[in-house]
Amino acid sequence: MQDYFYTLADTLTGLCQGNEVYTCTFRGEDSDFIRFNHSAIRQAGTVVQRFLNLDLMRGQQHASADIALSGDLEEDRTRLTQRLTSLREQLPYLPVDPHLLYATEVHGSEQTGENRLPASTDAVAAILQAGQGQDLVGFYASGCMYAGFANTFGQRNWFASHSFNCDWSVYHQADKAVKTAYAGFVWDQSEFAQKVATATAQLERLQHPPRTIPPGRYRVYLAPAALDDILQTLCWGGFGLKDHRTKQTTLLKMVEEGLRLHPDVTLYENARDGVAPNFQGAGFIKPDVVSLIEAGALRNCLVSPRSAKEYGVPTNGASDSESPQSLDMAAGTLPRQAVLERLDTGVYINNVWYLNYSDRTSCRMTGMTRFATFWVEHGAIQAPLNVMRFDESLYRMLGEHLLGLTSARELILDTGTYHQRSMGSSRVPGALVDDFNFTL
Amino acid sequence: MLERIEERFRHLAPQGEFCSLRFVHERSEMLEVRQNVLQPVRTSEDSGAMLTVYAGNGMGYAATGDLSLQGLRRAAEQASGWARQSAGHSVVDFSRVRATPPTGEYTTREVVPWHQTPLPDKIDLLRTECARLKTDDRIVDWEAALWYTETDTLYLTTDGGRVYQHFVYLVPMMSATANAGSETQSRSFGGRGYCRQGGLEILDAVGFRTAAPQLASEALQLLSAPNCPVGVMDVVLAPDQMILQIHESIGHPLELDRILGDERNYAGTSFVTTDMFGNYRYGSDLLNITFDPSRPEQYVSYGFDDDGQPAQRAYLIQQGILQRPLGGLTSQIRADLPGVANSRACSWNRPPIDRMANLNLEPGDASLEEMIAAVERGVYMKTNCSWSIDDSRNKFQFGCEWGQLIEHGKLTTVVKNPNYRGISATFWRNLNMVGNSATLEVMGTPNCGKGEPNQVIRVGHASPACLFTHVEVFGGE
Repeated sequence: MQDYFYTLADTLTGLCQGNEVYTCTFRGEDSDFIRFNHSAIRQAGTVVQRFLNLDLMRGQQHASADIALSGDLEEDRTRLTQRLTSLREQLPYLPVDPHLLYATEVHGSEQTGENRLPASTDAVAAILQAGQGQDLVGFYASGCMYAGFANTFGQRNWFASHSFNCDWSVYHQADKAVKTAYAGFVWDQSEFAQKVATATAQLERLQHPPRTIPPGRYRVYLAPAALDDILQTLCWGGFGLKDHRTKQTTLLKMVEEGLRLHPDVTLYENARDGVAPNFQGAGFIKPDVVSLIEAGALRNCLVSPRSAKEYGVPTNGASDSESPQSLDMAAGTLPRQAVLERLDTGVYINNVWYLNYSDRTSCRMTGMTRFATFWVEHGAIQAPLNVMRFDESLYRMLGEHLLGLTSARELILDTGTYHQRSMGSSRVPGALVDDFNFTL
Repeated sequence: MLERIEERFRHLAPQGEFCSLRFVHERSEMLEVRQNVLQPVRTSEDSGAMLTVYAGNGMGYAATGDLSLQGLRRAAEQASGWARQSAGHSVVDFSRVRATPPTGEYTTREVVPWHQTPLPDKIDLLRTECARLKTDDRIVDWEAALWYTETDTLYLTTDGGRVYQHFVYLVPMMSATANAGSETQSRSFGGRGYCRQGGLEILDAVGFRTAAPQLASEALQLLSAPNCPVGVMDVVLAPDQMILQIHESIGHPLELDRILGDERNYAGTSFVTTDMFGNYRYGSDLLNITFDPSRPEQYVSYGFDDDGQPAQRAYLIQQGILQRPLGGLTSQIRADLPGVANSRACSWNRPPIDRMANLNLEPGDASLEEMIAAVERGVYMKTNCSWSIDDSRNKFQFGCEWGQLIEHGKLTTVVKNPNYRGISATFWRNLNMVGNSATLEVMGTPNCGKGEPNQVIRVGHASPACLFTHVEVFGGE
């Protein structure tokens, strides 16, 4: 696949004329997707896809195209030739692009993971086996993901990763379920079995009659998956330079009024320890780490090449979306085994769901509890909790109301498969939060 | 191309098994002017095919961008392999999923074709509208954009089915963001809600060329507006909020695959159960919801769904009573319920699942003025900007860009950050007045997410303005 992409890149190099410059980004995958319901297979299939984003520049004129590829070299050379021609024909009609910026220094890289994946049929058999006697619903995705970059200047970057992501829930009844994820590069049956056993044990706690609590403020524990959802919402408009310069960042009060989060809150974009490629669409290499929030204070923005040119600052290799892809939150000091004791009386939240901003200026988010959420009294789980809506400002939940972050963190591999399998990840602790606002 | 695909499919289709091929060829163009600067013109061309095979009670699929005979044959073999693998382990008995081989065509009505207007003219149009948004130094970001898409689909089956459909979509977009200190407010042209099928005639039909000054003015007004008040009161929702209300708290809960549990690990379940159809009171007598693929200008009109089922208009809720779910052929057979032709996939590389298509609230007989006049104390809300609902599609909270108090039957003070929350199962029973056809807007969304693997798909909604009573309303901080 790497040779195929590099050959296409060489073709593009040969096709460019005069002072034309091209950059191209390749992404592809060979994935098996199997979804389950009621401990049986609902849909099973394979998707093989290759896409190329091609940018053609002449001076400061710039046009861009996304092209689906067939995987057949001769056919794809024809497609690229036709597309390059149409981009070339478009350029005379386009004004100069004052925000155009692409890498001209060459920084090649290769990262090719070994394929140690199980046969999908074996994984499916293991999942069906785990679901026996239970109501299991979920999804298994597995296969190779590819990414590449090439440009006129001879830069070549290649990334290939063979991974699986199994994300499933076991249901007690109605909306009462335990959600579990098992993702990685090598299927370890004993690790999978341990996760199945843990989920089964948690499911027993859901057998108790559920509790409903009135709206109000409660002490809560946000398990890593729940805190990650909150942080991912913050990543939607929180850290991009364009959002900051156009005053649309949801952290505007940190910028304009000097608000700070709790001193324990430190957030990084950590490309070094993530699972995504370290290059982006204009050919810039991501630094290992970008400090976003340090000891509660706002530090850096993520700066795409376009924003860098528009606002006259250096890029730090961010994508056009200027959102973290490998978010890393520093651990705290709270031992995980002390969580229930410190929670004392309140709500233990394993998962949250469907977050959105209810007041962007105040960085206030609303969302729902989901899956295994429990009512806790005097440090002991009492009953599953019926779903509750929360509506709370980040400045409170990770500011004045933050009681502690756990010393243990979880690596969460994004299960997203919109358009293609996600290469995003995060490393997040759990959070103990006081006076968390439930509204419905 | 279509002929070659068809010839190859007839050549490779496995014997003795049901097999279908769904070919999708999509071209799109995004033109955007931000802060009077043309952003890189972005075109795309995507093509591929999905082969689906039924074997015994199992089903398998394989999707590929390799449309050669060898590529399609490889995909058919993979699909067949998955079908055999799932036979005996399938939650659906696919041996029961059989239909009359479909034949037919559908084509979007396009009055002013996109390609007849030269690229520089379209850029000039966007430059003009973008410039009209920058009315004040406090407008800190502003943009206007057009997103054009043309899609051809071909659906073939081994038992002789053949459906060809040609769609043309246009999404006009515009927004202005105003700032003063730590207050930022935005107004948009219905989000991306003015999406429709057709050509550039859509721009005049939806008022794209006249919207900019008002959007900028409203963003500026919001900067100095008080927060929306807190309390239980009446709300009048404009169509560009109603579409979200319909989408989240009627559309998703009525999807039959959710009711059957397929989505419980991701998009969620539903408070609706199969025994409710035919008897459950979903809303007041004024609530009439149709699945309507027949409105030519609407975003998701079509002749056939992606399983080849012919699409027809049907009432899902009539005079407040739940009638039928949003379930395609497979779900109908699983649940033994009537449904609609709504088995849809976002592209060639994802399998069809139950989706909304055009899901509309039928107009009533009240004018907007009559609805406002009927409110003693309440809020008029426009343009969704925040949406959240639980995994059973019951407890929701929605926010809008624009709010205006209604006091003693008159629109008065502008308020910012208008939000409201409620419970689907009771909210629609407080539907008190439904706007007439003069208040109706034909809209939709290009971004409805669901499914494993994930799919983002186009959905159409048409709705009049509506009045709801006893709603929990609140604002920002």
